[in-house]
Amino acid sequence: MSATPLAYLSSAGTRADITLPLTYLTLIISIIVCVVITWLLWRGLRRAGARGGAEAMRSIPVQQGDNGVRWIKFGLWLSALPLLVTLVWTMVALAKVAAPFGQPALTLDVTGHQWWWEAVYHGAGPSETFRTANEIHIPVGVPVQVRLHGADVIHSFWVPKLAGKTDTIPGQTNTSWLQARQPGRYQGQCTEYCGFQHAHMGFEVVAESRDDFERWRSHQLQPAPAPASDAQQRGMQLVVYRCGLCHTVRGTSAGARYAPDLTHLMSRRLIAAGALVNNPGNLLGWIEHPQGVKPGSLMPDQFLSGQQLSDLRAYLETLQ
Amino acid sequence: MNPANVRTPSVGPVAEALEHRLHSLWESPPGLAGFFSTVDHKKIGIRYIVTAFVFLVLGGIEALTMRLQLAGPDRTLLTPNQYDQLFSTHGMTMIFLYASPILSGFSNYLWPLLLGSRDMAFPRLNALSYWIYLAAGIFLYVGFLTGNGPNDGWFNYVPYAARDYNPGLNEDFYSLGMVFLGVSVTIGAANFIVTAMRLRAPGMSINRIPILVWGTLTANVANLIVVPAVSLAFFMLWMDRQFGTHFFDAGNGGQPLLWQHLFWIFGHPWVYAIVLPAMGMASDALPVFCRRPLVGYSVVALSTVATMILGFGVWVHHMFATGLPSLGLSFFSGASIAITVPSAVAVFAWLATIRLGRPVTTTAFLFFSSMIVLFVIGGVSGFMTASVPVDWQLTDTYFVVAHIHYVLIGINVFPVVGAVYFWFPKMTGRLMDERLGRWNFWTMFIGFNVAFLPMHLTGLLGMPRRVYTYADGMGWDTLNLITSIGSLVLAVGVLLLVVNVFRSLKHGAVAGDNPWDAPTLEWSVSSPPPPYNFAVIPTVASRHPLWEGRLEETQARSSLSRGMELKSGKEVIGTTSLDAAPDIILEMPGDTFAPLCVAIGMALTFAGLLLKSWACVWVGGVIVALSLLAWLWPRRKLREREPEPAGAVESAHG
Repeated sequence: MSATPLAYLSSAGTRADITLPLTYLTLIISIIVCVVITWLLWRGLRRAGARGGAEAMRSIPVQQGDNGVRWIKFGLWLSALPLLVTLVWTMVALAKVAAPFGQPALTLDVTGHQWWWEAVYHGAGPSETFRTANEIHIPVGVPVQVRLHGADVIHSFWVPKLAGKTDTIPGQTNTSWLQARQPGRYQGQCTEYCGFQHAHMGFEVVAESRDDFERWRSHQLQPAPAPASDAQQRGMQLVVYRCGLCHTVRGTSAGARYAPDLTHLMSRRLIAAGALVNNPGNLLGWIEHPQGVKPGSLMPDQFLSGQQLSDLRAYLETLQ
Repeated sequence: MNPANVRTPSVGPVAEALEHRLHSLWESPPGLAGFFSTVDHKKIGIRYIVTAFVFLVLGGIEALTMRLQLAGPDRTLLTPNQYDQLFSTHGMTMIFLYASPILSGFSNYLWPLLLGSRDMAFPRLNALSYWIYLAAGIFLYVGFLTGNGPNDGWFNYVPYAARDYNPGLNEDFYSLGMVFLGVSVTIGAANFIVTAMRLRAPGMSINRIPILVWGTLTANVANLIVVPAVSLAFFMLWMDRQFGTHFFDAGNGGQPLLWQHLFWIFGHPWVYAIVLPAMGMASDALPVFCRRPLVGYSVVALSTVATMILGFGVWVHHMFATGLPSLGLSFFSGASIAITVPSAVAVFAWLATIRLGRPVTTTAFLFFSSMIVLFVIGGVSGFMTASVPVDWQLTDTYFVVAHIHYVLIGINVFPVVGAVYFWFPKMTGRLMDERLGRWNFWTMFIGFNVAFLPMHLTGLLGMPRRVYTYADGMGWDTLNLITSIGSLVLAVGVLLLVVNVFRSLKHGAVAGDNPWDAPTLEWSVSSPPPPYNFAVIPTVASRHPLWEGRLEETQARSSLSRGMELKSGKEVIGTTSLDAAPDIILEMPGDTFAPLCVAIGMALTFAGLLLKSWACVWVGGVIVALSLLAWLWPRRKLREREPEPAGAVESAHG
């Protein structure tokens, strides 16, 4: 990851690539305009007849002066050219970024929830379809269509290195598309204010080669393995009876969809919608006391004993 | 009209007896009774200005608290709930309770003086719009201070504002408070429009009115058109929340995007409404300091109107990311790029005025001229967001936060502070301290730019808006610290202004009638002006009545010391809309408690609606009804008539 993972002054995907030169064009025009105006003003100010207060004012006589409308004409001509260039360039770029050239290689559904992202990958049938959360894998070099849904309030789907924002709005389906130039992890972030944990509603887009993507996909389709030890068995029971009220672990009877699918929890780099790196300490800390990490989060504190936490850890670590 | 009812006003010179008579007619009684019943536009104007300034300070304290939280990554000074209420209340305060009312305040105070009239067209409505503004401001702040402040941003998007996601009273306070405040804006708008159209001095044809009048007039025509949209939206939201309607509820056939359309169809023109009058102030004041008339008066006036007309067609640029079809977006993108043109007219008119004049560097001039640069910075960042693909990256990042602050502080606060320095002598009779003024200007200017110029970069580096904290390692730490430091410096600058105002009230140099040797009518009367403004109604022959003879504008001369006396009652002259030919003598109402009582009754009604206390709603409603009855009760003395025995008037009544 770069030092500025959400900066949009560099790009790594087709839509961002098309937008970036236009961003620079408008930025450069803007800077030039500011410099020119400041310079003109500075030149005017240097001619100041006097300085001070009301007395200084009365010492300078009023004059009709030059009509000066030519300055306004000059200013309008000066403004018109960059405006026109920008307008035309905007229309061309808009046409290019609005929809991909050709058929998308993959279509997936992404839903914004308070405060996490759900991604659904479709296959030929229900057995080929799976859900995951906060980590979206895409094959590199091909356009991927993303259908955006709003589960509760409005969120906005943004992966600055790859593409600009599109809102997820309840009651309507918006579409965005991504096409990464190179394999890599690209940070994404909700950018429509959505409540207490809007600040911590991140995700990652993982662009990888077609083979790696297919491998990932077939792995994600697997259900969770059966517990192999007593500790894992007890951990699974905890997951089913407590986590299962909101979460799904495929292969167990935990099947609720209010919260992220945990079937392959350990395959993700981050947890809590990008707020924490996924390691055992963070994971157990998050499970025990999510309100400390993300105050107002919809996941309640768990008040588990030390034994329960270690059982839970034993089981969760099998969810690779 | 019955011709027997028409009379020709007597014409005479300014005389002591006349002034004495007018004084007794126009002055409000002293003491509390006078305080609560006055309809004097100057008193109301100053109240508006002071109240709005208090809200500016409150909003500033909220901003500083947020900047402490954001000074470094992962700080925990504020909880998300506190932060959300702070940023929402900050926006609400600055946009609705400061930026617009402060301009209404200046316009209220200045308009009759600029136009050569003795009051606004509807003095009682004027008082009412102030009292409602105050009551609505208190209503909204009661919510905030009881932990029920708005928590969904000033834009208040649904469904987050709906009851399912926002069960507290927060959004009820905000919805009802905004509907309440909307009444004040609407009343004020009607008053401004009629005043500009009917209450100008004879001879002040439409092409001679100051640009401030153009700005406020344009803004208020817009307000009259767009405020109903937002009042309706907030009312519908309140109905959704409390009575189970489904206007915005996608699950039941409602449409969340409807809110955004209704809000922004109001919100974008509103942005122009809170900058055009301030631009007008600059257009009127800059030339005075440059010792010459404004370059391109007509184009500047036209561009003011053009900005507003185009301003009705750009609201969707707040919604580029909502999934609307590209064809529609490209229209709004084009309109948003085109709206730069009229703004460029104003900028080049100011630049040319400075270039072709002989500028005198006073504190006020520093505020007005520096505003040109801030305006351009705020303008070009707006131009960037007008380009749809670029906006898809920029929107909802700190780039837009920087943009809105350059617009609102650059084009509203800076000219407003300039206007304080410029018109303070007229309002109080004393000049403000220039030395302290320089300190004031430079701390504000440097603090503001240190705070907000780097914020553009924070945005380009991807920091999203409305986050209560951020992680380190994103490249935003240093920039945020710089912004927080800059905001503190800016706050010190505002504090210096307050100090200067209080010091100058007591110790300022005595100003005299026209300390700046300025050309417009307000400077022809004493400082502060008498309650009746003008002893005789001036007759105007040019745009610069006090500079005639020194400019080669016209051979004709305005008449300031001889004119209509209008002394048989509280009278003003009504003139025709375009040419300002004398048309009718208007009887103005006296001081009354009715506006205050209406506002109190309405406040009770809204409090009752909030608490669902129907008894309270009834009591409030009855108070409003009775006060209106007293207000509207027909009075013979408000008819235009000869000051003859009552019997003669009775027979002429038709």
